[in-house]
Amino acid sequence: MQETRVVLRNMGKIDPVKVEDYVAQGGYEGLKKAIALSADEIINLVKESGLRGRGGAGFSTGSKWQFVKNTPADQKYVVCNADEGEPGTSKDLTLMKNDPNTLFEGMAIAGVTVGATYGYIYLRAEYPYLFPVLEQALANARAKGYLGKNIMGSKFDFDIEVRSGAGAYVCGEETALIESIEGKRGEPRFKPPYPGVEGLWGKPTLVNNVETLSNLPEILVKGAAWFKTMGTATCAGTKIFSLCGNVANPCVVEYPFGVNLKQLVEEVGGGAANGRKVKAVQTGGASGCILRADQIDFAMDIENCLKNGASLGSGAICVIDDSKSIVETVHNLLSFFVHESCGKCTPCREGNMRLYELCGRFLDGTAKEEDLDTMLDLADTMMLASLCGLGQTSPTAVVTSIANFRNEYLDCIANAERRNS
Amino acid sequence: MQQKSCPSSVKPTDTAILAQVTKLASPYKGKEDMLIQVLKKVQTVVGHSSISKDVAIVVAEAMDIPLINVYEVASFYSMFATTPRGKNVIRVCKSAPCHVKGAAEVMEAISKALGVQFGETTPDEKFTLETCECLGICAVSPAMMINDDVYGELTPEKAVEIIKNY
Ligand SMILES: Cc1cc2nc3c(=O)[nH]c(=O)nc-3n(C[C@H](O)[C@H](O)[C@H](O)COP(=O)(O)O)c2cc1C
Ligand code: SF4
Ligand code: FES
Repeated sequence: MQETRVVLRNMGKIDPVKVEDYVAQGGYEGLKKAIALSADEIINLVKESGLRGRGGAGFSTGSKWQFVKNTPADQKYVVCNADEGEPGTSKDLTLMKNDPNTLFEGMAIAGVTVGATYGYIYLRAEYPYLFPVLEQALANARAKGYLGKNIMGSKFDFDIEVRSGAGAYVCGEETALIESIEGKRGEPRFKPPYPGVEGLWGKPTLVNNVETLSNLPEILVKGAAWFKTMGTATCAGTKIFSLCGNVANPCVVEYPFGVNLKQLVEEVGGGAANGRKVKAVQTGGASGCILRADQIDFAMDIENCLKNGASLGSGAICVIDDSKSIVETVHNLLSFFVHESCGKCTPCREGNMRLYELCGRFLDGTAKEEDLDTMLDLADTMMLASLCGLGQTSPTAVVTSIANFRNEYLDCIANAERRNS
Repeated sequence: MQQKSCPSSVKPTDTAILAQVTKLASPYKGKEDMLIQVLKKVQTVVGHSSISKDVAIVVAEAMDIPLINVYEVASFYSMFATTPRGKNVIRVCKSAPCHVKGAAEVMEAISKALGVQFGETTPDEKFTLETCECLGICAVSPAMMINDDVYGELTPEKAVEIIKNY
């Protein structure tokens, strides 16, 4: 299966920090074009392309830009969400490591469009080795006039600063991320107001994912019609997937939306490693759905994933082989949320802890079948009552594993009874 | 949720080090948004890789921000510690993709080789052993990070070999 590399087009072809290399591949042509267009023309182009956010929620990028552009303010910001905290996801790392200028160009196009002169890249703490790479690449781009004052001789100013996180999954949530850039604890804010109206230091702020922003240069150069030739009716373009877990060939790959999940796992990933069988696949990271191997034969786009009981999320695809226990894996996933819940609201803070305990009962042999209902009830409450996306999505693995692997939970109970008698 | 307390400083920090902390933090006087960036730098000079009480006081004074803000931030993020840590911080990824690839065996081997549990520091203060969540290099899981260096495709033996180089 041939990859379609759009955002990863320069991977392995250029020295990532050398702006000359990037320009030789046609780099900064999209920004040049953006400078020549009006903000509304760019917004129409981005809307027309059908580009949707790659950070997980799939919001229309053009609409988000319009929102920020239309909010009047003396100062606005562009924030690149490079927190990439979703376990199993390595796409933003791959992008920034191989071609940071595509991201810078995307951010500059965003800045010119919404009327922001300054941008931040919020880099997760687990990528400290990327910090100097990005700083060097920024300095080189600035030296050639692609960033800074009067970019490319135009009337526009746009500069970028890298800010490092300090280890907190919740800081990937856009309002928590903003708090963190302001130098505070990364606790999510109540929404509304949305960052597009009141974001960083109360100013209108555009928050987009690394992969979303990295799509912009090619969209400007090649146009909306070209972009829509890739993907499905509702999701245009490509998506970067990270295949990991017990897969034979773990990798980060780019395919158009609509790629079949089973083909990805079997043909690209080579199935399970060490001659084992694929038992389950979790899509979308820790907050994603756990599917049985017989449930993965469908085309991956946002809507079709939902229709098939899956979630696209960040594009993580974690394979679990037949030697692993689903209940034990879910217990591990819950420990992640117990650790990462910021503690601001009760449903999430207490809910994840209780789910972790309840799930643990199946492992230590003290569970009863009713505990499954308690878990599902609790999951419902958490999804409804949690303040931010963390608490709202953290029970997903519990809910989907009970639906798709109920027998494994029941086996835990039966095994315990057998041991006790 | 991370439950960390702000201990009263165990051993007072060397005055020469506190002077260094002041030097690092003072350029950011009044720039509260730089607190996280400053604390990251500070942690590298304090020797015990943690923000103890006397260090926090110096940072708060040099940046002209309330001490409570320094505590709030230092206790929230997993990269910061408020109790002393060893010279090298080993963080083994325990997220699901590494977990299903045998992270538990790797953790057991490291813990045995160093003779301490996760969350503890070796008596010679050379290593602190911690678990962490996904390091973003899952294609080479199981993975760990020692200070700022990442290592992948770990086996219990390989992990123990790597630690010997520190
Ligand atoms: C708990 C939580 C974690 C998140 N982590 C990330 C992340 O690591 N990277 C990211 O781009 N978006 C993350 N998001 C989504 C962001 O809040 C936001 O929707 C996104 O950055 C918008 O960018 P996009 O429109 O380009 O997708 C997270 C959301 C939640 C609730
Ligand atoms: S849902 Fe969880 S992470 Fe989000 S604000 Fe509430 S406690 Fe914090
Ligand atoms: S899960 Fe361990 S590096 Fe991603």
